[in-house]
Amino acid sequence: MTPLLEARDLAIGHGRRMVASAISLALAPGRVLCLLGPNGGGKTTLLRTLLGLIPPLAGEVRVAGVPIRRLKRRAVALRLAYVPQAAPGGFAYAAREVVAMGRAARLPLLAAPGARDRAAAEEALARLGIAHLADRPVTELSGGERQLVLIARALAQEAACLVLDEPTASLDFGNQALVLRQLRALAARDGLGVLMTTHHPDHAFLVADEAALLHGGALAGPAAPEALVTAARLRATYGVDTVIGTVETPQGPRRVCAPVVAVSWG
Amino acid sequence: MTAAGLPSREARPRAMRGGAAWVLGCAALLAALLAALAIGQFPIQPAALPGILLGTAEGPAAMVFWNIRLPRALGAMLVGASLAASGAAFQGMFRNPLASPDLLGVTAGASLGAVLGIFLGLPVAAVQAMAFAGGIAAVAGVAAIAAAVRGQGDPVLVLVLAGIALGALMGAAISLLKILADPYNQLPAITFWLLGTLSGATRGDLLAAAPPALIGLALLILLRWRLNLLTLGEDEARALGVNTGLLRVTAVAGATLATAAVTALAGAVGWIGLVVPHVARLLGGPDLRRLIPLSLLLGAAFLLAVDTLARSAGRVEVPLGILTAVLGTPLFLWLLARARRGGGG
Repeated sequence: MTPLLEARDLAIGHGRRMVASAISLALAPGRVLCLLGPNGGGKTTLLRTLLGLIPPLAGEVRVAGVPIRRLKRRAVALRLAYVPQAAPGGFAYAAREVVAMGRAARLPLLAAPGARDRAAAEEALARLGIAHLADRPVTELSGGERQLVLIARALAQEAACLVLDEPTASLDFGNQALVLRQLRALAARDGLGVLMTTHHPDHAFLVADEAALLHGGALAGPAAPEALVTAARLRATYGVDTVIGTVETPQGPRRVCAPVVAVSWG
Repeated sequence: MTAAGLPSREARPRAMRGGAAWVLGCAALLAALLAALAIGQFPIQPAALPGILLGTAEGPAAMVFWNIRLPRALGAMLVGASLAASGAAFQGMFRNPLASPDLLGVTAGASLGAVLGIFLGLPVAAVQAMAFAGGIAAVAGVAAIAAAVRGQGDPVLVLVLAGIALGALMGAAISLLKILADPYNQLPAITFWLLGTLSGATRGDLLAAAPPALIGLALLILLRWRLNLLTLGEDEARALGVNTGLLRVTAVAGATLATAAVTALAGAVGWIGLVVPHVARLLGGPDLRRLIPLSLLLGAAFLLAVDTLARSAGRVEVPLGILTAVLGTPLFLWLLARARRGGGG
């Protein structure tokens, strides 16, 4: 089967400055791929390259089997939806309007969303259980609510693949779980391919089918989270000792990752 | 329970709900239009208007109405609408509340064209043509420079910086022409032009300016939903499937066409393009689908009122640029204070 999104021997960076190279990955329908890595390791550069927003320094990105450089922005957007970090600030658009913006790729230059686009926006809000937020200005929503609105916008785009930039960053504990649960459901229930970056190795255990780690100019993985996220690799990447254990959950045993903070108690 | 799972709270957008802002804008425009048509050196009673409009009334009142009063009122509305709508579009697409229609040099270019025309002693029609051409040429020059030096940089930033740089250069050229100009005849004309006035505008001038201005306004109206996408930033807009380069060029072309046309008609009327969009935003929110038409409406009403005052308040006409600032600033500050106190509407 053709992957929804594929990177072949990619080198990424800006201008002449290379950030990482020899990156290969593929994302199939219904799968969640977690991309880990320290700040400044190139996660955002990789996402922007995968979205076709900056050109790769070498190698190729393919969207549904087609090289992305051969696709117009509109064609990319019909296949690949991007969910940015829900930063505060911005314009006080109603949530419904933000979600309707996901229809841009389906509308000609001089058109505005019609009844079908409005219906798609409402449906996307309902799918994430946030229909009651439709009239609220996004600037007045909590971080978690804003993130869900941006995911709803990506759903209204009706692309088969979601690319999310740290969807759980700056969210509280409850909202992190909420967003992760929705992403898992979108992959399992609706068959979307989901690529997300995160700072938390635990999130890979929690929702991912595969994980990859971008560090030191190279990508480790993608591989099963249990194989990729090891104490040795986390120590090498973040310089932190961790203990990886297994806990019993109602869904069965699951790995967890606990950092060990050495403190002398005097 | 998470925040997103809470039952619906009352939606309470800060801006006026639905029609209130529109009703206010339409009422303001209608009041300004009635006043503009009635007031003048030859007063026309509002009761006489139906007869004149239906063509049943003859005589000096009808002559004044069709040849002087109405063209001037329509001209003022066109100028106010074009500047305010262009300003609203620029503030949104450049994500900058300080943006005004002259951001990319259209006003500086038009001014240079007109000042050069006055300096060379050209007839009025030629001065207007030079102003229009100057405005278009300035923005085309800025866009060409930005395209040439862009490379990997932020395309918007390069465009704005090129506009500022070229604007400063044209400002210097205007200053030079003012120094060289005949201080008794040309300099007052230049100064008056640079502050804006409709005192010399004829029906013919209006008919020349209207087509490009209306085409520009139509473009901005049609693009208004998609322009919202540019407020998200370059990456996000492109990821949503927007050809940001094409969209920006089309919107800049629309705003430039409208601004250059009305600047050729009325001179460099300042302030409206910067502040009327802020007033509209306080009333109707930041969504350009509402903001551009509302700015258009309020800009038309405001400049119509200001022009009526300019030609009737004193024995000599006051330039529009002076009155727009003198009247608009207190109004704007009052609205700002109201919104900050949490009233807002």
